[in-house]
Amino acid sequence: MAKPTIDEIANAMFDMVSQYDGKKNLKAGDLTKAMIAQYGEGNCTKDECKQAIRILMDSGRCVYSYFGGSFISLPKTEGSAPQ
Amino acid sequence: MADTKYETPMLDELESGPWPSFIKELKKVAPRKPMVQDLLGQLEQSYEEGQGHWKHGGIVGVMGYGGGVIGRYSDLADKFTNCAHFHTIRVNQPAGWFYTSKALRTICDIWERHGSGLTNMHGSTGDIVLLGTTTSELEPTFAELTANGFDLGGSGSDMRTPSCCVGKARCEWACYDTMALTYDLTQSFQDALHRPAFPYKFKIKSAGCPNDCVASIARADLSIIGTWRDDIRVDQEGVKAYEKAGLNIERDVCGRCPARCMEYSGKLMIDNRACVHCMHCINAMPKALRPGVDTGATILIGSKAPIVQGALLSSVLVPFMKIEPPYQELKDLIEKMWEWRDENGKSRERIGELIQRMGMRNFLPAVGLEPNPDMVFHPRANPYVFYDEYFVAEEEGEAQA
Ligand code: SF4
Ligand code: SF4
Repeated sequence: MAKPTIDEIANAMFDMVSQYDGKKNLKAGDLTKAMIAQYGEGNCTKDECKQAIRILMDSGRCVYSYFGGSFISLPKTEGSAPQ
Repeated sequence: MADTKYETPMLDELESGPWPSFIKELKKVAPRKPMVQDLLGQLEQSYEEGQGHWKHGGIVGVMGYGGGVIGRYSDLADKFTNCAHFHTIRVNQPAGWFYTSKALRTICDIWERHGSGLTNMHGSTGDIVLLGTTTSELEPTFAELTANGFDLGGSGSDMRTPSCCVGKARCEWACYDTMALTYDLTQSFQDALHRPAFPYKFKIKSAGCPNDCVASIARADLSIIGTWRDDIRVDQEGVKAYEKAGLNIERDVCGRCPARCMEYSGKLMIDNRACVHCMHCINAMPKALRPGVDTGATILIGSKAPIVQGALLSSVLVPFMKIEPPYQELKDLIEKMWEWRDENGKSRERIGELIQRMGMRNFLPAVGLEPNPDMVFHPRANPYVFYDEYFVAEEEGEAQA
């Protein structure tokens, strides 16, 4: 498999977060492990995954959430907020 | 009950007695902050019912950061509307907690504009804690804090804000520069501090000597405690002056040395090879004794307060390490620990618990350390020792029989 760009890793992570939205909370480590498994160790490093997560956060496509631990989620109305 | 909206007979009790009272402080703020008025009402109800009414967590923070904001929502929001949101902001404290009064005023003014005005100096992580604001005020608060040279601290599954004792800034016992190290670690690990990527939190606390004024041995995943590896410096004349002033050196200094490695008969003798560096004798005779000159730190691992599981104290990982800029040996060790935990840790498992679960025999090779007798936390309680070669011999014997 060809080496992905950081943006491609970010997109793949975003797809994964969207796919699991409402079903399973994903940690940064879960996304990193999944990307390395998907692209292969030689093509995708932990550091590149960090950069990809930063792209997702800085662009606002994903946000951090806290439910007893820190997770990466889609932005939405605050989980516990009064409506 | 002056100037408050609710009757608070139970909270009022907490104003009696000689101690400072947080209720007194809340009541001072309440007349100008409706949020604090409602906080008092909710708190009174919690005391009446013996039950908290805060919901914790959710999706709340500032853009790009995963730490520094702790979401808190009232489950009585319909009744106490002004404290429906009551988020906490953690602000990274300066190393050693030194401020100018101007800096403190700046923080308080920012908080008066954007939050409840209530602060906690300092939280157990060491951060400046700003208590109580709404989601819409988070970004404006953050913008003002950063414009004034402050940044958020850690929260959630990240490296928590490193903290340290005052060290060489004020204390003659400091065996390394705790403030310089803490500042350097904070800057070097910004990503780990602001973008939670760990299975669970990781705390680093640095104490300049074994007195451990930041209680790092009980409250940090990584405790960096100053020590020395040469001999305690002794001024025999100074020792005599303590005796002359009435100190019973044999009983109160030598007799309380945990290593029983001191003797006094007109001259203080210390068997420095047996000394466990507890600081007792130095604390007892500070004008006569001093730590040695070959100084550094002992690196300990694994303490935590009881949250998911019970409390742990840190235990020795590296008996002695020089702590000098650029601190590469220490930083490499920290990164290897994080890497191993990322691979093996479960969600909400602290590194001390992970080491207990997987064993030092797995942890040590992963971080590149050799086993060392100083790492033995306490003698084993299980008297059975199994050697693989016995099993092989037994199996062979059975096969032959
Ligand atoms: S831990 Fe030691 S060096 Fe630090 S302030 Fe306390 S006595 Fe001083
Ligand atoms: S530091 Fe503690 S162990 Fe060492 S000589 Fe003094 S009292 Fe004894």
